[in-house]
Amino acid sequence: MTRADIDTALAEELYKIAPDVPLDDIDRSGDLREEFDIDSMDFLKLVAALGKRFDLPMPEADYPKMESFEAFSAYLQGQLS
Amino acid sequence: MPSLGSDMTSGTLVEQSIAPGQSFKRGDVIAAVETQKGVIEVEVFEDGTLDRWLVDLGTEVPVGMPLALIAQEGDPKPEIPPEPKPPEPPDLPEVPFEPIPEPDTPPDITPPPPDTQPPVEIVTPPPQAIESPGQTTLPPPQATRPRITPAARRLARESGLDLARHAPKDRQVLNRKQVECMVATSEKTRDGPAAKPDAGTEMRKAIAAAMSRSKKEIPHYYLAHQVDLTAAEAFLTKVNADRAPEDRLLMGALAARAIALALKKYPEFNGHHDGMGFHPVDRVHLGIAIHLRTGGLVAPALFDADSRNVDDLMTALSDLVTRVRAGRFKARELTDATITLTSLGARGIDQVTGVIYPPQVAIVGMGTPRLQPMVHDGQVTPRLSAALTLAADHRVSDGHRGALFLKAIDAKLQEPETL
Repeated sequence: MTRADIDTALAEELYKIAPDVPLDDIDRSGDLREEFDIDSMDFLKLVAALGKRFDLPMPEADYPKMESFEAFSAYLQGQLS
Repeated sequence: MPSLGSDMTSGTLVEQSIAPGQSFKRGDVIAAVETQKGVIEVEVFEDGTLDRWLVDLGTEVPVGMPLALIAQEGDPKPEIPPEPKPPEPPDLPEVPFEPIPEPDTPPDITPPPPDTQPPVEIVTPPPQAIESPGQTTLPPPQATRPRITPAARRLARESGLDLARHAPKDRQVLNRKQVECMVATSEKTRDGPAAKPDAGTEMRKAIAAAMSRSKKEIPHYYLAHQVDLTAAEAFLTKVNADRAPEDRLLMGALAARAIALALKKYPEFNGHHDGMGFHPVDRVHLGIAIHLRTGGLVAPALFDADSRNVDDLMTALSDLVTRVRAGRFKARELTDATITLTSLGARGIDQVTGVIYPPQVAIVGMGTPRLQPMVHDGQVTPRLSAALTLAADHRVSDGHRGALFLKAIDAKLQEPETL
């Protein structure tokens, strides 16, 4: 799985939660919750969806590694390789 | 029917702002008509008293058709014009909606001869059945239109509620409160893509109507209390560590449960006030204020929050948020909440003081938890804490009990494993 595939998957799941925020408009290194205006429940749903999609445990302790789009993508890549 | 533009040939009477017998002054808005350009208010050009409406709500009539009969100051009880001869308008107590000077205006648009008929029976020009063109099998509008108070009808109109679709089947007369519930329900059951383009505006109107009523009718009082959430956070961290994401708990579920349990000792915050008195509800249906990405806010109920454990509540909360965001609701969720919780979430600010959602009598607010210096065990230390607030109804309770209620919620949150 390439990084581009991971970005696409992340973007798809984010779109389900925040369809009103175009990926092109966000700062990929900015705070993910701020950029997409998502709350704790949204974030939990995002984590759950990606955990299912990639069969990853996505522990709460790793949340700090998912704080921006870029970081999240890198985290997933690290877990999948 | 006034002409509101040269291209207008007809209009639909959508609002009768005054009732027969009611007096008004020149310039008052007494009706609203719907045209292709939207709903336009109709002002009256003279002082007087309404005798009766000549056109039923929802009826489309041509420009120039009289909408109402008015009685002027000093008139005896207004008599219907003796004969419907058009060239004698000076004496006609009709509302002079700038009659259109068309020579071919039908001469018979004045009311039918009144002699033996009591006024109430002279009502409708033939219904144009604008809602159902071509369908002759439908009962006449008179029979299908719900009985409804004027205030309720106005609200329904303002909120874009289609009464024909929402009206109850029985003979009940709809009042404003019921229409408010319908408005709320219909706002939420409307699917996003299928929604009318001004759904956001309509929702704003519905919110404005409910909050205006709240501020008008409910004597609010307000309390705030700083709650140490360190124990609750530690509990969440511990519990969630071994759980799959979909089974994890959020602080909101703990707060919901703590409120529900605290209400058992403080039932005066849980129920409805109907204007005459307070009716406590023995179960807790906790309304959760949820903001919509498209704008607006809804507060559907988590049912039976007092008899479900935290895991159940979390599942229900997650389900509720998912459905809210998808625009799918159960009607009861929007009408049956007994108290509301409004939270600022993880990215908000320190404190929110809510506006009570009628007919409820209390709303609990929770600010964004953050590390703040607190005195703990005699030491100033950084603790995760949040402001818990209460807006409650002075018709039902006082600040003393409100304070005890907030402290009871606090106490529950200090022992999260018991929730």
